[in-house]
Amino acid sequence: MKILLEHIDKPGIQSIDGYIKNGGYRSVEKALKQLSPDQLVEEVKTSGLRGRGGAGFPTGMKWSFLDKKSDKPKYLVCNADESEPGTFKDRYLMEHIPHLLIEGMIVSSFALTAKTSYIYVRGEMMYIIRILEKAIAEAYAKGYLGKNILGSGYDLDLYVQAGGGAYICGEETALLESLEGKRGNPRNKPPFPAVWGLYGCPTVVNNVETIAAVPWIVNNGGAAYAGIGIGKSTGTKLISACGNINKPGVYEIELGLPVEEFIYSETYCGGIANGRELKAVVAGGSSVPILPKNLILKTANQDARLMSYESLSDGGFISGTMLGSGGFIVFDDQSCIVRNLWNFTRFYHHESCGQCSPCREGTGWMEKVLHRIEHGHGKLTDIDLLVDVAKKIEGKTICPLGEAAAWPVASAIRHFRDEFEAHVRNPESCNARHLHFETAMSH
Amino acid sequence: MPFTSERLKQFEEIKKRYPEGRHKSALLPILHLVQEDHGWLPVAAMDEVAEVLDIKPIEVYEVATFYTMFHVKPVGKYVLEICRTGPCCLVGAENIIQYLKEKLNIEEGETTKDGLFTLKPVECLASCGTGPVLQIGPDYKYHEHLTIEKIDSLIDELRSKG
Repeated sequence: MKILLEHIDKPGIQSIDGYIKNGGYRSVEKALKQLSPDQLVEEVKTSGLRGRGGAGFPTGMKWSFLDKKSDKPKYLVCNADESEPGTFKDRYLMEHIPHLLIEGMIVSSFALTAKTSYIYVRGEMMYIIRILEKAIAEAYAKGYLGKNILGSGYDLDLYVQAGGGAYICGEETALLESLEGKRGNPRNKPPFPAVWGLYGCPTVVNNVETIAAVPWIVNNGGAAYAGIGIGKSTGTKLISACGNINKPGVYEIELGLPVEEFIYSETYCGGIANGRELKAVVAGGSSVPILPKNLILKTANQDARLMSYESLSDGGFISGTMLGSGGFIVFDDQSCIVRNLWNFTRFYHHESCGQCSPCREGTGWMEKVLHRIEHGHGKLTDIDLLVDVAKKIEGKTICPLGEAAAWPVASAIRHFRDEFEAHVRNPESCNARHLHFETAMSH
Repeated sequence: MPFTSERLKQFEEIKKRYPEGRHKSALLPILHLVQEDHGWLPVAAMDEVAEVLDIKPIEVYEVATFYTMFHVKPVGKYVLEICRTGPCCLVGAENIIQYLKEKLNIEEGETTKDGLFTLKPVECLASCGTGPVLQIGPDYKYHEHLTIEKIDSLIDELRSKG
């Protein structure tokens, strides 16, 4: 079942003519001419669509929080700051089928009574910005954007904004700060953006993939969308698969697909590369807990683990993880958990905005301690020190970057403590990185 | 180094994207253009941006130093921004970075003596399934599935362009 990528291989789908030929922009006609903004919000509520950026918050509910009674302008801002390690689905979608996002932005803006909307794209994706600008110009020329769209009386202007390279701007309030031309420092919540967002006006921030699902929901109804997937994980999800697999790439799956099938089926990842064995998976972007092979394939109760919000989190953080952004990173039996964790921790230290001391200082300390373990100067007490520092970051920061930095540390030590101990006791015992070195040099 | 009239016109166009009184929003898009012109962001150019947007110079500096894409010191003509994050390392990025250091005879963050190349490891570029990856401004084209051979031919090509 494909919703987002159904037409991705059709010739000319990048252009507005090719897109319209394949049924594109029908939802704009339907929404603007037959439905009211409140009806649209209800449809999205019915669909059970959840935020695809990582948090999984119900989209319809987020929309319903928007303070529509306010006399200030309302804004819809699309979060295309895709920066979570392991995640490259939004880039794929925007590159290959940009009009799906534009169509989604128009319908969603109408539902939220926004007259100006922005797509905030990370600056490194400059070529994506050009693709979107071209698509927007085409949509204006066809009358899908601008004044009195399709004679409905509804006006909408849509702009693309370039970021400057900062992971933190994927956090919605940091993104809004950045869009206002400032440093990407997250804001305290409440007030939430639904009340006090862009320029202090009621604002909804949604991920690219979330907005791209809206046209299908408008065309086919929220109930039809809710009929796809499993339980409260309705619809489809883009999974970007990478690491030591045979077929890295972006796959649209119906939520509920068994993880084992996703990893080993030729339709998806095609198994572990170079004939090696699966060791571990980070299932939802670098921030979610890592799980060893036995726990990613099956829950602690020995049920098959499924690609859904509920199944992946089954067992909490003791034996489960999160669907997150769908950034699916696969580690083979020759990859080094310690080295990878040092790398991830360096990432969070680099990306901490520096506002909250637990995150600013804690990520730095975790990086330093992991550096010395990885480089043969660790002590056994360092392992519990890491757990302690992680605990002291979690829940003590303005934004979730603190948790994002703490969870990988806590989970790697929970599931792979022996590997950390081995690095301390006999640094030479880990030959993983050397093997990697040779493998890549022989390319 | 005043801006060209064409650039000033572009700045005015960008400012129109935002509501009245909110033109500070144009800061990041404008800084990208200024960096395209200079290769980096000299203080004098940032001060001019402050004038264009009618904001204090510090408001420009604090943004320029926050975002990793902006260079506040001179850099080489080609800044090799290569991903060093976990997923790319699973497919050999560390070796590509090492190879680049040896080939260019510079450390991370340094520029070659001829002023052509700066090696700048960066964090995840959303190219995890097509890594190792690097990009080079001002168009930031993605060079993906990097190998030693691809690095050799890319560096040769850039050297011959000069």
